[in-house]
Amino acid sequence: MNTNKKIVIIGATSAIAEHCARLWMKEQPIDLILVGRDLGRLERVAADLQVRSPLSQIQILQAEFFDPIAIQNTVDGIVKQGQVDIAMIAHGSLPEQSDCQSNLCACSEALQINGVSPVLYAEAFAKHMAQANLGTLAIIGSVAGDRGRKSNYVYGAAKGLITRYAQGLQHRFAGTGVKVVLIKPGPTDTPMTASFKAKGMKMASPMAVAKTIVKGINQGRTEIYAPPLWKWIMLIIIHLPKFLFNKMDI
Amino acid sequence: MRPVSSWGRLSADQHEVVALGDPTKTPSIVSSTHPPGLAHGMGRSYGDVGLNPNGVLWLTTGLDHFISFDDHTGRLICEAGVLLRDIQKLAISRDWILPVTPGTQMVTVGGAIANDVHGKNHHVLGSFGDHVQHIQLVRTDGQMIECGPQLRPDWFAATVGGLGLTGVITQAQIQLRPISGPWLKVQTIPFANLDEFFHLADDSEADWEHTVSWIDCLSTAGRGLFMRANPTDAGQRPEPISRKRTMPFTPPVSLVNHLSLRPFNLAYYYLKKSQASSTIEHYESFFYPLDNLLEWNRMYGPKGFFQYQSVVPRELGQHAVDAMLKEITRSGDGSFLATLKTFGNRQSIGMLSFPQPGVTLALDFPNQGGRTHRLFENLDAIVREAGGRIYLAKDARMPRDLFEAGYPRLSEFLTYRDPGISSGLSRRLMGS
Repeated sequence: MNTNKKIVIIGATSAIAEHCARLWMKEQPIDLILVGRDLGRLERVAADLQVRSPLSQIQILQAEFFDPIAIQNTVDGIVKQGQVDIAMIAHGSLPEQSDCQSNLCACSEALQINGVSPVLYAEAFAKHMAQANLGTLAIIGSVAGDRGRKSNYVYGAAKGLITRYAQGLQHRFAGTGVKVVLIKPGPTDTPMTASFKAKGMKMASPMAVAKTIVKGINQGRTEIYAPPLWKWIMLIIIHLPKFLFNKMDI
Repeated sequence: MRPVSSWGRLSADQHEVVALGDPTKTPSIVSSTHPPGLAHGMGRSYGDVGLNPNGVLWLTTGLDHFISFDDHTGRLICEAGVLLRDIQKLAISRDWILPVTPGTQMVTVGGAIANDVHGKNHHVLGSFGDHVQHIQLVRTDGQMIECGPQLRPDWFAATVGGLGLTGVITQAQIQLRPISGPWLKVQTIPFANLDEFFHLADDSEADWEHTVSWIDCLSTAGRGLFMRANPTDAGQRPEPISRKRTMPFTPPVSLVNHLSLRPFNLAYYYLKKSQASSTIEHYESFFYPLDNLLEWNRMYGPKGFFQYQSVVPRELGQHAVDAMLKEITRSGDGSFLATLKTFGNRQSIGMLSFPQPGVTLALDFPNQGGRTHRLFENLDAIVREAGGRIYLAKDARMPRDLFEAGYPRLSEFLTYRDPGISSGLSRRLMGS
């Protein structure tokens, strides 16, 4: 009987999620299911993780991210294989704000992939975890969801949706065996932020962010800013009065 | 565009940095780049071999995935942006280790191949390229070339030590070597002059795998400390806790200067002499002594520093090293980071590889402008006369004629160059 921890990552080609997987596997072999859109990219991640942890069981699953029925079926199929210990919802895509403003389809897609889709996956897992009264649901939001800013408010709005959703879910599961963790990374050096990097912006490394996340989940935290400094940065930003905030070009 | 510097921090020219991250997209990115580009990994080379001022840099650190590892044969296949540090961690946990490693593990596999790096065990195991079984190369014309010691060996010989100029290395297969644990038995023996150094080097060759010496570059006699080591089975020992410190800022002047160098060297020599004995060390502290002091290169101040590393043939070796040390002592310049090592009697695979039979001296010099360049010209003359050459991975200023004299396979190499790839070094030494 396999006693490995069962971990599922939705959006497994996310650099942050991948580094979390590397850390989990370092602790002990795990049963891992990697869910994503692009089979080739999933295979690349799976091969690397298998080298790092030859005793882990790794499965890849190509799945849908918008259709709620397809999402429900995907999650049902995963849970059928065995109870999930940690489900990490990590998918997303940073759009060009200007595109969202000029093209309503781009705006819709950004809201769907960054807000609605993660919530649908989380809700599908929540149903199963509620039945088992067991499991950790780790949802990756963003500091961008803490306050809307002109440079990325469509993305921020989607991540804000996740914040509000996670809050409600935490209320639902308070005092039960199900843990809900909301993760808010600051700008992280991943393929998603390649355009920031090209401009020379200093960002956190995905490994540093993953370390904070895995540690926070182990500690049973409900909200994780990664790196932790962002909690204080956002506290200030949230409380800036409008007359000041409106003058800022952020 | 943003400023990019190499490890010597001599310049901070603008580069257009394009991060590679998806191996399937690499060929199209590389072939659609205008103007010429250059692959760039961790930027640990000292001069301009990894820079392309005002041009494109393809950043390879995102190609950091392992592809497969067979822990029966020790064959590892990985993307070219994987760090030697991560290979070591993976390997050691399965009783394997990299056969050749340079003085830092914070370099990419691609960089290690492109500079054909060497380590303290050259006389036993050669250089990095000797353990590469396969390279996948992407050219700017869209071609993908697979090569190895038996498969298109000419391309292999051009690419090992090829400074990234034959194409972008995307994947490699490396043969690791088996090891019984992460420990080494290390002996430190002081020597009072170069004669004693060469005796020690010759004596140690048969029984010791790793050898390197620290040398006091301000002592005319050439005193120093000879370190030799062998892997050892030290049983179950607690691993050392690696404490990373960072040089927090760049001091306004170099901390390594006339006032600090002599007392430091004196203190270091006598301290180590009094401790000289056998010890058991962990591979990380023996191979990578400086990796725990992050950004140590800042200590040389805002003007940066040069590293001068040469190899001279053995017959004239002692005389040449002696002459170089005298030149350096006369100048009063230099650094406590001075190493001396004998290379094994073996030829390197790469057309532009650096190691050759003889003795190699490597020194850092804080950048003091004209005076540093004049010292180097004097050192060049000694190297030239002895029939030696300078390590391209460290070079920022060698004159073209010395380069051509030192690397006789240059014209053979040029036929393998990718016309869409160019570096600061290639423009300086090869004209384009």
